[in-house]
Amino acid sequence: MSETTSPNASDTTPVVGSARVKRGMAEMLKGGVIMDVVTPEQAKIAEDAGAVAVMALERVPADIRAQGGVSRMSDPDMIDGIIDAVSIPVMAKARIGHFVEAQILQALGVDYVDESEVLTPADYANHIDKWAFTVPFVCGATNLGEALRRITEGAAMIRSKGEAGTGDVSNATTHMRKIRQEIRRLQTLPTDELYVAAKELQAPYELVKEVAEAGKLPVVLFTAGGIATPADAAMMMQLGAEGVFVGSGIFKSGNPAQRAAAIVKATTFHDDPDVLAKVSRGLGEAMVGINVDDIPVPHRLADRGW
Amino acid sequence: MTAPVIGVLALQGDVREHLAALTAVGAQARPVRRPAELDAVDGLVIPGGESTTISKLVDIFELREPIDKRIAAGLPVYGSCAGMIMLAAEVLDGRPDQRGFDGIAMTVRRNAFGRQVDSFEAPVEITGIDGGPLHAVFIRAPWVERVGAGVEVLGTVLDAPTAPPAASGRRHDAPAPVGTRIVAVRQGNLLATSFHPELTGDLRLHRYFVRLVGAVS
Repeated sequence: MSETTSPNASDTTPVVGSARVKRGMAEMLKGGVIMDVVTPEQAKIAEDAGAVAVMALERVPADIRAQGGVSRMSDPDMIDGIIDAVSIPVMAKARIGHFVEAQILQALGVDYVDESEVLTPADYANHIDKWAFTVPFVCGATNLGEALRRITEGAAMIRSKGEAGTGDVSNATTHMRKIRQEIRRLQTLPTDELYVAAKELQAPYELVKEVAEAGKLPVVLFTAGGIATPADAAMMMQLGAEGVFVGSGIFKSGNPAQRAAAIVKATTFHDDPDVLAKVSRGLGEAMVGINVDDIPVPHRLADRGW
Repeated sequence: MTAPVIGVLALQGDVREHLAALTAVGAQARPVRRPAELDAVDGLVIPGGESTTISKLVDIFELREPIDKRIAAGLPVYGSCAGMIMLAAEVLDGRPDQRGFDGIAMTVRRNAFGRQVDSFEAPVEITGIDGGPLHAVFIRAPWVERVGAGVEVLGTVLDAPTAPPAASGRRHDAPAPVGTRIVAVRQGNLLATSFHPELTGDLRLHRYFVRLVGAVS
């Protein structure tokens, strides 16, 4: 609501790809669950369960982790198949810095591009110039500075990073707490100290000031990485996430349809333990999971991106 | 007159923006997720969001019957985008199990303007709202294909705004341009728009709705 009428308000020409349209799309996903899917069948299960969108990718993070190798954008045929299978928005992942993968995804008509650390980065210095696209982007962040740098590059949505493909929620909580804590800190600073804060965050002063005044990012903040149960999703919501990405947690579990539906309900009633107790029952096996501590540091995905 | 209490259906979607807009125009705004919370409101807003998700959650959390009953008893309801779909008697291009409330006698086509790359902003004149056109934000927006008796068309927009060819992709699912499309309607106490006034800071539509609620309650 902080926005005022845009300068083109009196213009009669319709505008596509504006920041408001891109960020607005993410606002509509709030309170919802976005699910990783690798086949049209999984996409249908996700839609049936009440997902607000699906993320089309070739391998879920748990398999990327297990199989290794370079991980890239999915085959367009596979993305087309998923777009045709469901009526809800379809997102897809491009490698960090791989602007041509993003161009291809835009041409395919995906609704959001995830410039994702789960894939192997294509550029270790630069992220994609996301302003150059009509399709909106979501990017991961482990802290406020990283989130603001992505927004400066044009990201229209941020997800706090977790350690994808582990079923271990600890990194997601760390990063969500970190981002929220740094925002609260900005709110306490006098104006002159905000200049220094901007320098420390390596982010533009205007954006830092906007966050300090609003007490929130100028774009929607979701959570991702290691979420495997309804309780995980609800905890992340209580910690300040505005919605949830679930990757391996659903289709690596014993009963994906039931677990997916339970996570959707838990996200809506994240603050009601009675509902959470009810939806957590009888879900079968959760994904087996890996402790983040057991993963050698060079293999940790959340450390990709800067 | 005390400020009317207006609920925002808070199962999923851009609830916060509607609460803020309603508060800004003097209503007592509160989220509604349970039947008991519905009982306490004089009016209801169904926000933007994913209509298939909202429809499912309405059934799971047993809000369908109570909301239908309140609508039948004259409860003023405003729906934006997904909310418009939830208020439509008939939905095209929805899921087979998707159901709206017993709302406005209209047929709504879901995602009619296309995918996200086709989402757009454009000015829209609204009957009954002074001060020039609203700056309307359309996001994977529906349009109203037909209206039945008793439905007043409040606003239209030119169909299929031209997106740059590079951006529009091959999936321009919307039919060829045929002039104007209906994007704002009212039937009695029920109001619906394809677009999102809650995203723009222009409070006129929310003021219009709050006045409608005030007149009824």
